Amino acid sequence: MATGRAMHVFQALALAGLLSLGPVSAWAAAIHLGNGTEPESLDIHQSSGVSEANIQRDLFEGLIAEGPDASLIPGAAESWEISEDGTVYTFHLREDGRWSNGDPVTAGDFVYAFRRGLAPETAAAYAFILYPVRNAEQYVGGEITDPEAVGIRAIDERTLEITLKAPTAYFLDMLTHHMAYPLHQASIEAHPDDWMRPGNLVSNGAFTLAEWAPQSHIRLARNPQYHDAEAVALDEVWYYPTEDVGQELQRYRAGELDVTYDIPADQVAWIEANLAAEYRNFPYLGTYYYVVNTTVAPFADNIPLRQALALAIDREVLTQKITRAGEIPAYSFVPPGVMHYEQQTQAFADWSQEERNAQARELYAEAGYGADTPLQIEILYNTSDNHKKIAIAISAMWKQTLGVETTLRNEEWKVYLSSRDEKNFQVVRAAWIGDYNDANTFLELFVSDAGEMNDPGYDSARYDELVKGGAFETDLAARQAMMEEAERVFLADTPLIPIYFYTTQHMVKPGVEGWIDNIKDVHPSHFLSVGG
Amino acid sequence: MLSYTLRRLAGAVPTVFVIVTIAFFMIRLAPGGPFDQERSVPPEIQANLARAYHLDEPLGQQYLRYLGDILQGDFGPSFRYKDFTVNELLADGFPVSLQLGLAAMTIAVIVGFAAGAYAALRRNSAIDIATMSLAMTGIAVPNFVVAPLLTLILGVWLALLPVGGWGGLSHAVLPVVALALPEIAFVARLTRGSMLEVLRADFVRTARAKGLSERAMVVRHALQAAALPVLSFLGPTTAAVITGSIVIEQIFGIPGIGRYFVQGALNRDYTLVMGVVIFYAVIIIALNLLVDLLYPLFDPRVRHD
Amino acid sequence: MTDALAAVPRSPWRDARVRLLRNRAAVVAIFVLGAIAAACILVPSFAQWPLDEVDWSSIQAPPSAEHLLGTDGNGRDLLVRIFYGGRISLTLGLAATLVAVVIGVAWGATAGYVGGAVDGLMMRAVDVLYALPFMFFVILLMVFFGRDVVLMFVALGAVSWLDMARIVRGQTLTLKRREFVRAAHAMGARPIAVVARHIVPNLLGPVAVFATLTVPRVILFESLLSFLGLGVQEPMTSWGVLISEGARAMETSPWMLLFPAAILAATLFALNFIGDGLRDALDPRDH
Repeated sequence: MATGRAMHVFQALALAGLLSLGPVSAWAAAIHLGNGTEPESLDIHQSSGVSEANIQRDLFEGLIAEGPDASLIPGAAESWEISEDGTVYTFHLREDGRWSNGDPVTAGDFVYAFRRGLAPETAAAYAFILYPVRNAEQYVGGEITDPEAVGIRAIDERTLEITLKAPTAYFLDMLTHHMAYPLHQASIEAHPDDWMRPGNLVSNGAFTLAEWAPQSHIRLARNPQYHDAEAVALDEVWYYPTEDVGQELQRYRAGELDVTYDIPADQVAWIEANLAAEYRNFPYLGTYYYVVNTTVAPFADNIPLRQALALAIDREVLTQKITRAGEIPAYSFVPPGVMHYEQQTQAFADWSQEERNAQARELYAEAGYGADTPLQIEILYNTSDNHKKIAIAISAMWKQTLGVETTLRNEEWKVYLSSRDEKNFQVVRAAWIGDYNDANTFLELFVSDAGEMNDPGYDSARYDELVKGGAFETDLAARQAMMEEAERVFLADTPLIPIYFYTTQHMVKPGVEGWIDNIKDVHPSHFLSVGG
Repeated sequence: MLSYTLRRLAGAVPTVFVIVTIAFFMIRLAPGGPFDQERSVPPEIQANLARAYHLDEPLGQQYLRYLGDILQGDFGPSFRYKDFTVNELLADGFPVSLQLGLAAMTIAVIVGFAAGAYAALRRNSAIDIATMSLAMTGIAVPNFVVAPLLTLILGVWLALLPVGGWGGLSHAVLPVVALALPEIAFVARLTRGSMLEVLRADFVRTARAKGLSERAMVVRHALQAAALPVLSFLGPTTAAVITGSIVIEQIFGIPGIGRYFVQGALNRDYTLVMGVVIFYAVIIIALNLLVDLLYPLFDPRVRHD
Repeated sequence: MTDALAAVPRSPWRDARVRLLRNRAAVVAIFVLGAIAAACILVPSFAQWPLDEVDWSSIQAPPSAEHLLGTDGNGRDLLVRIFYGGRISLTLGLAATLVAVVIGVAWGATAGYVGGAVDGLMMRAVDVLYALPFMFFVILLMVFFGRDVVLMFVALGAVSWLDMARIVRGQTLTLKRREFVRAAHAMGARPIAVVARHIVPNLLGPVAVFATLTVPRVILFESLLSFLGLGVQEPMTSWGVLISEGARAMETSPWMLLFPAAILAATLFALNFIGDGLRDALDPRDH
């Protein structure tokens, strides 16, 4: 009862507040965005997820920024030069770059942030993003302790020089990552433990942090110091954690959200029938696949068996009848739309499913299996409705086409990760979303010394040579040819079975303007506006 | 009475200690760690992370370090919500869960007790059957069905109430109802059952024989005695409800501490899990003590000497 | 007082059965529950569709002649899955409740009757266990040992007896001050005999009520685990798994929620009436 009364009082106060403020305060343009999960951290060096990156992108501006379509545009740097050999980048910072407290954004702010991000005591999980910078990896690993040795230095207040260990074609794209944002040293040193809280956080992006209620919402307010502030239409950006994707759609339908983070897969049919105009579905830089463990029986040195399993999956049926959210059947590992790369495909990509099944049965028999001696395998997947449905469908396809007897093993996320890292599986569901728009972010996973990242335990000298060679190749055409050949080698060996390419799905209210679908699924609030 | 209370409080210390120890080692033995992610990070970064969070020390040393910290009231920083300490997360979330839970329990006890007692007095009448059928429906339909159903009808179709979030009274209606429904049903069933017992008991029969009016008798004896099992049930249930409901908080996007139990365990957020477990244990011990202290008020024959 | 002693009949169970069979609602409920149980045993064994067969031509399809109750998101026959799920849910609910009742009654009655230091110690043990957030422990157990059905029922049963013990103790405390118990005690009956002949039979009412409430609680807790993704492993299923799948599709595919929810509700209603009937039938004072 006491609570009830407290709420009444609270409401009365709120109402009184509204009445008294109502006539004075101007109408504020605000957008309400579903954002998946509560941020791990707003510290650019402590976070690793998409939800955090969305907010950090509004708060901070790196040397290179992303336009409404995610194309690279000048950010804190107005221009730059790249040396002949492709290893030295010189950035000229814009004159009107300001922090939200009015301080100028200087080259020193970038040097400070890079060194902080790489320092072993910061323990940034995503520090490896900056490894192309000279000595970055050694500094993280503690082999070099002098931060001056890292390849970043301020030539003067507005000139920054970054030296790479080798030419890196995708380096400018990498600079849009939150690990490459600048930080305001004085405010961090003044509030070492809570500098990222409202009131303490000094940012240089289009917005500042106004309010943070954990598990409820984060509110950003426009940054009047921002160099392009007059082009920013929104006064406020609200981010909500929306962990229950079904309920997120309900909040959207009730008008509480302008944009959703995701769509419940089994509601897509309903959405297409009722809200088709607000439904956005666009290819994404990611692949969903099944890994086969090439280090143990029955898959070690058994390419025909791996290929038989890959052939027997009817990806069209799977994406149209089971997942049903516009996924694109995948016959390669690197998704379409990657810069400086021509999509490669498995040989059977343009066969009919009947032809694939016939070939699958032939290879299955060649591998020594048949009706009397069926293959018995286990599929490992982590807890999720979608993964479960796919595993059931694929095991049914394998059974119907080849007679394979499959058991399903569902593990909770962290257990699944440790099983996968310890190679304690036969077939495991996995997925990869590119960290940047380049084939390297996909192909580097499977070089023989990639450690835990190499899930199938793939070990091919030719592949290693091509991928590592490509990383140091300055000639873009030659590099592209090497990367493409590497994937052809990889697909022929079939250490994993591509299933589909991801698409991103959002609901976007008709009044929202400036939301442009793009392969990186990046939508800076800078360019958004709400009509009405 | 006072010495009983003090004795119980002193007895709670080893209880909490046992719980801290069990929980600490159980969560540490679970496969996977707090920093395991889709992308396995290079070994040198894993080493840096382990060092920053003292995970590279022997487990026994970490346990002692943890005991030392909690003795000073410091639950440490959260591993998953890195910008906050566990103390801050609990301090922010608990008032929300408490408001939600107390509102739901108050409704559950008043409505449930009244409905159950009334149904017992009008046994086998249409009202009895209707009340108890409703009560069974309340128990039979899971929260995660009721909550989306309520939001679909009242929030989306009729647009009467907000679907999610936490703020004014209107935000509280749907989650409180969804949280209270099964508890109403449970209290009603329990009350009806024990009321029927009591109504047949010797002392009530005696009272009837002495000519006490039905109304006076119900008030004086039956309700009082029927409250006992309900009271037994209230302690743990209230603790469970006010420390938050994972389903309700997740579905309605309410910033309480309920989901930290599950999310903390699933994320291997060691400090957060330990924090909520200890917090929960203390609350439930306090509420059980309260129930035991209230017992004599309802049944004068029970005394704590 | 003499009346109270004489009120314990020589064969209470036979009398109880007669009284139970006179209760029409309880008889109907027994019949309904029996029918559901029989269907759970028979339907999955004799149905046209195997448990895990995918019908590619009807994925998430509404009820039809082919699939009487429709199909799920993988095109598997819902009728078969509902009754197969019933096997798991009913077994889980009954087994866990049995564990809870046996441990809870023994524990609570002993503590309440003996009293003193023994009571203090026994209830302290209950307090310690109570103070553990069992959700957290069940989750960790599921994580450690995988999704084992037997483990799940042991965990659920081991968690549910605490409520039973407290309720029984509370009732016992009240009962032991009653005249007929005091009389038996005064006449020199051994404590164990008093507990067995006078306390336990008088507890059967609350125990029956509690048991009928525990079965749904266990089944519902299993469904909560399923909602969190910690339910039984595919291709096995349970009502909890089916309902949580159905709840996500309630607007687009209502049959996926409606049928499993209806059969769960029917089961729980039947248990309710049986519980009420049992209480009336077993009450030794209610002739």
